[in-house]
Amino acid sequence: MLRFENVGMRYGVGPEVLRDVSFALAPGSFHFLTGSSGAGKTTLLKLMYLALRPTRGLVHVFGQDVSMTPRTELPDLRQNIGVVFQDFRLINHLTAVENVALPLRVGGAKHVEIDSHVRELLSWVGLGERLDARPSTLSGGQQQRVAIARAVINRPRLLLADEPTGNVDDRIAVRLMYLFEELNKTGTTVVIATHNNALVEKFGHPILRLDDGELSVRRKLDTKETS
Amino acid sequence: MFSRHSDLPFERDQSTRFLPWIVALMVFLGALMFAAALVVSDAVDTWDSSLTGRMTIQIPENETPGDTIPKLTEALQTVKDITSVRIVPDAEARALLIPWLGEGVVESGLPIPSLIDVEIDAGSRIDPVLLQARLAEIAPNVAVNDHRAWLSALIDLARTAEILAFAILALIASAAVVAVIFTTQSGLAVHAAIIELLHQMGARDSYIASQFQLQALMLSLRGGVAGGAAAVIVLLFFGWIGRGIDAAFLPSLSLSLLDWIFLLLVPAGAVTIAMLTARVTVLRTLARMP
Ligand SMILES: Nc1ncnc2c1ncn2[C@@H]1O[C@H](COP(=O)(O)OP(=O)(O)OP(=O)(O)O)[C@@H](O)[C@H]1O
Ligand SMILES: [Mg+2]
Repeated sequence: MLRFENVGMRYGVGPEVLRDVSFALAPGSFHFLTGSSGAGKTTLLKLMYLALRPTRGLVHVFGQDVSMTPRTELPDLRQNIGVVFQDFRLINHLTAVENVALPLRVGGAKHVEIDSHVRELLSWVGLGERLDARPSTLSGGQQQRVAIARAVINRPRLLLADEPTGNVDDRIAVRLMYLFEELNKTGTTVVIATHNNALVEKFGHPILRLDDGELSVRRKLDTKETS
Repeated sequence: MFSRHSDLPFERDQSTRFLPWIVALMVFLGALMFAAALVVSDAVDTWDSSLTGRMTIQIPENETPGDTIPKLTEALQTVKDITSVRIVPDAEARALLIPWLGEGVVESGLPIPSLIDVEIDAGSRIDPVLLQARLAEIAPNVAVNDHRAWLSALIDLARTAEILAFAILALIASAAVVAVIFTTQSGLAVHAAIIELLHQMGARDSYIASQFQLQALMLSLRGGVAGGAAAVIVLLFFGWIGRGIDAAFLPSLSLSLLDWIFLLLVPAGAVTIAMLTARVTVLRTLARMP
């Protein structure tokens, strides 16, 4: 599904943000991605969702070597990747419903099929009352939920979420986690970057941990992190 | 409900403001030139059928002592290929001049030349210079007017005007193309973040191009309708003025239904050019991205 081999990443002439990162994710797996602020979580996710190419090493997504993939084949790969951006990236002149429907439109779905599906999902994340609101009129947590709904609407094969519960209270965070788990049960591979150790502990999925640009895979949180 | 908003907020783009104006100007001038070309080609057809095969011999009034006209007529009748010779009655010749000089002047005893109309066998040709030389033996200042020469000069003129009109139209069309390219490229820059997001969702370049194409359609349609409407008003006005003019050889300024349908091609063409240009610009610009 996803395989990194000795991946190094630097921005411009800066220092390497990621060093010798190697790991593989099995199809249908569920991982947390942790690490202190600035450790490189967003950078690693960007490599996974094909927004960046590694400065060295190999990145394989859906069995394809990313650096060998021509530009024209990227849309097919990307349509199978759902992304929740750390900064949401909602389109401001579109309503919540229209934002969420975007991946379906891009994928070529008819809008009759889209409509009820989108409204149902938005209601599920607790936005049934704000379906036609513009993002700028929504609270941070509400915007985050629109961004999550947009990432999962087309049931992607790979879901990458960058701090998806950073702006919501624990009750909603747990509800959103259930949404990711539901998706995971139908076969989607999930990676969630988070600072929320309580959530990591509660759901108990394996952890990709970044420390100073180096990655390690763990079954559980360290005891000192839990406390 | 989803067709309500385009993915890209074009309505806030400053650079789209002047595109409809350029398209309107292009359609306005294009439609007028097209109409002019249609009228001229109609007129050339009319002149062609009524004027070929005829010549007019003109004898200044002071050269017509008694037997000059009969002598000329006799001489003309012996020329091969001339099928009929007719002396134009004085009243008819005067009537011909009224539209040009006004009734008062013509009726005031102004000396007018005598005219002889000659019809030539269809398909054959008589050299007016040779004929004039021959007739000059009888009346030294005789003039032979070959309508064909006059007509072919007119046709040349009409054709030159047509070429000039199309050159100007091509120039305006290129200005419109440049305007569409500029608008599209600045749109690509202004909306780079949303385009990046759409790409991230797996949108193909053609998906994004379609959005710009639709935008170009809306803008150019607005310009096309405005320019077309202005052209129709001007054409109807000219048609109305033209009704008052009754000169025999001036082209009729009214357009046939078919002409009007042809005129619709001008805005349709402008809109098509704008859409194609936007699409090609987007596809070429995006293809250069990493
Ligand atoms: N576009 C960029 N250009 C230059 N440096 C960058 C860029 N993006 C990130 N960095 C640097 O790379 C390092 C890792 O950044 P990244 O955003 O991946 O961290 P993160 O783990 O997501 O942090 P956070 O938890 O705060 O979101 C940081 O030192 C950051 O300053
Ligand atoms: Mg980050």
